Amino acid sequence: MIYDIIVVGGGPAGLAAAVTAYEAGVEKILVVERDYMLGGILNQCIHNGFGLHKFKEELTGPEYSQRYIRRLQESSIEVATETMVLKVTADKEVHTLSEKNGFQVLKAKSVILAMGCRERTRGAINIAGDRPSGVFTAGTAQRFINLEGFMPGREVVILGSGDIGLIMARRMTLEGAKVKGVYELMPYSNGLTRNIVQCLDDFDIPLHLSHTILSIHGKSRLEGVTVAQVDENRKPIDGTEEYVACDTLLLSVGLIPENELSNQCGIHMDPTTKGPVVTQTRETSVPGIFACGNVLHVHDLVDYVSEEAETAAMGAVEYIKNASEKGDFAKTVGTAGITYVVPQSVEITKDTQRTKMYMRVDRVYANASIEATVDGKVLLSKKFERLMPGEMASLQVPGNVLDQAAGKELVFQVQGGEK
Amino acid sequence: MYDVLIIGAGVVGCAVARELSRFDLSVGVLEKDSDVSNGTSKANSGIVHGGYDGEPGTLKARLGVDGNAMFKELDKDLQFGFNKCGSYVLAFDENDHEELKKLYEKGMKNNTRNISLVGRDFVLANEPNVNPNIHSALYCGSAGIISPFEFTIALAENAGDNGVEFHLETPVTAIKKGGSGYLVYSGNQVFQTRFVVNAAGLYSDVIAGMAGAGSFKITPRKGEYLLFDKEVGGTVGSVLFQTPKKDSKGILVTPTIHGNLMIGPNAQHVDDKESLLTTREGLQEVATQARRTVPKLDMSKVITQYAGLRSSLETYDFIMEETLTGFINLVGIDSPGLTSSPAMAKEVVGMLDDAGLAMKEKKNYISYRAPYIRMDRMSNEEINELIVQDRRFGKIVCRCESISEGEIVDVLHRSIPVRSIDGIKRRARVTSGRCQGGFCTPRVMEIMTRELDLDMLEITKNNKGSNILTGITKKGLGGMKK
Repeated sequence: MIYDIIVVGGGPAGLAAAVTAYEAGVEKILVVERDYMLGGILNQCIHNGFGLHKFKEELTGPEYSQRYIRRLQESSIEVATETMVLKVTADKEVHTLSEKNGFQVLKAKSVILAMGCRERTRGAINIAGDRPSGVFTAGTAQRFINLEGFMPGREVVILGSGDIGLIMARRMTLEGAKVKGVYELMPYSNGLTRNIVQCLDDFDIPLHLSHTILSIHGKSRLEGVTVAQVDENRKPIDGTEEYVACDTLLLSVGLIPENELSNQCGIHMDPTTKGPVVTQTRETSVPGIFACGNVLHVHDLVDYVSEEAETAAMGAVEYIKNASEKGDFAKTVGTAGITYVVPQSVEITKDTQRTKMYMRVDRVYANASIEATVDGKVLLSKKFERLMPGEMASLQVPGNVLDQAAGKELVFQVQGGEK
Repeated sequence: MYDVLIIGAGVVGCAVARELSRFDLSVGVLEKDSDVSNGTSKANSGIVHGGYDGEPGTLKARLGVDGNAMFKELDKDLQFGFNKCGSYVLAFDENDHEELKKLYEKGMKNNTRNISLVGRDFVLANEPNVNPNIHSALYCGSAGIISPFEFTIALAENAGDNGVEFHLETPVTAIKKGGSGYLVYSGNQVFQTRFVVNAAGLYSDVIAGMAGAGSFKITPRKGEYLLFDKEVGGTVGSVLFQTPKKDSKGILVTPTIHGNLMIGPNAQHVDDKESLLTTREGLQEVATQARRTVPKLDMSKVITQYAGLRSSLETYDFIMEETLTGFINLVGIDSPGLTSSPAMAKEVVGMLDDAGLAMKEKKNYISYRAPYIRMDRMSNEEINELIVQDRRFGKIVCRCESISEGEIVDVLHRSIPVRSIDGIKRRARVTSGRCQGGFCTPRVMEIMTRELDLDMLEITKNNKGSNILTGITKKGLGGMKK
């Protein structure tokens, strides 16, 4: 049995990719999910605010994923839950392991990678000190509270102002814990502005910018942390150390795309996004293998994940129909304030359509523009009231601009703007 | 009434326990922590040293070389995993090279097997990621790597299988002469024994003091380590030391038996025997030194860092003596203690024999201990056979290391009880991958509640008091099992 498309991962990206491909006429689709239910990390995101762009209403995480799961249940898409993908090969074999079927090798005409991401840990950011219990990533704490009904602690310090950390500051407060403060290394928050307001300000939880944790204390359970201010080079300032007693430390210090399968498969990776290098159809360097969602680059809104998954699905549909025509590539490059651009290249054919480019900036800008240039010539400019690293920016590039970039570099940069 | 009571379930205590379990004796082990191998034995470099650097004529030299020679056979019996990958001591200049010559001479006197002085090109041909600016090296082909805690656990499990009784969470509080030997107290509990073997590591001086068996002073020396993702595990293929300095064998860069890359340790005197805290400065020092050996180390691939304590004496050598009648001290066992432990255990048996303990070999002694089930070492066909027998091997719990529920259940039902997340981690490797337990901890805890009949709230990370959870949510299930 050869599947037309195998989707690796049943979270928001995988779900949207599968239903899009199905609704575009592809019948033999399999979604492989390692957890026992579909929905991915959305299942534990019981707060609202999902779907504002996509559905023009505020949904919870499970409500958002349910919209896709319903469409999937009405289709003939096959689903294999509690099934771990061990390997994906360049000739599109998918090696799986499950209780039900043991070890299996499945074949597909096209594969869509949608494995999501994982949280950076204490080890990854190298916080010194003791190694007590009570140190969690914010997502693990979220799972304990929202899915298991357990409290991971009572007196909480949060390091990092990523969205999951902000959401958990509110959630733990609502469950009766005392959140003593959120400490952020950078001089700005990495979370969405609405989360700073709704999760911290509304609950009088202090946000300490330009701060870090120097050391963790406690031999069995966490007893406290030493925090300090940092200078503009992010080095701790002597004399600003402060001991904060707490029994719980939540880390919300960034997400890393889970690309172990992509790496094994030999897919070219972007060192900045930590995801595959892709074209505008989200095709990776291995023909017929596509990637979307947080495995490709970390998104701040699930709405964009769904949108990108639809793009990848349509790419896969075209691929299995052998309809793709070969053209010149325009390489996309971020410079002067732009840290990365996805997709990393655009294939220019005679009917190249306008293409949406996602990008992130290196710091906060007010009243700035993002410009697209080819050979130093500005072909496109879009004004932004505010640009910040925590909120992804996007730019629609029309076909005629892309045409001019064929075989060249399409360069994006921030122009102007107050700091 | 025990014939022999061993205090301390580190590698030395467990090696002695296993050696004694060959005989018709009643043997007990008292351990203060919640698991065996929870002190010095759990956090060290995991190196089976070649034995070239011990001062000739010392116990360290003799037991190091003898111990090294035993590992191949031990691994056959106990299946903990031993990779005789060899080691290099790197010299960066002429002065270092002079030190290497001295080391080589020592090695020859100590009867170290397979050592030679080699040139820069030889090293770089075998270890292409080593700093090209090195001068020369001392190669030792008999050195290798093990997991120090898995080795200790394997010794303990085999001893347990052969009837040794382990008492965990049983700290010794007093020792008195009495009965026909000693009365060893742990709070209200009292254990009677003819002989005592003091293998209490960092606390061996305290234990000796309690019995009036000599006054020693253990000065803990801390070493910090950084562990890298398996993704960069292949950066080096053997153990890479630098020319040693006074207090330690120098910062090393080494593969681990599980395929990670590890760097460390530094050496720092501390007063607190429980001080396992890492410092920014210390970790920085380790990283800087290790980059001297392998300049291309990518520190962003570090997945965790930790510290271990060496239980050192001010004097150089191990102390191994029957200080009081029937009371054997094994004190000051720092490096190469792990390597020496099996040879030391054989010698302890000899000492007990000399002291009048009748050694009659057991008829039903089992030297073999089944390895933990490791699906990552199996073929696809073998995995399928396993899953047909038990479906739980098809259910992956730890995604980073691809560890199944079956493998976790296997480690929970051995002769040494496991009650903590770290205990399971040391046996089945769950939570030891790049997500460091972020995804699998809740699922491992669920399996523990079912298999060990524990409540979620009782589950600890490590020792008593290190509970993972503090309570239930307002509308929580109240710890009800799903």
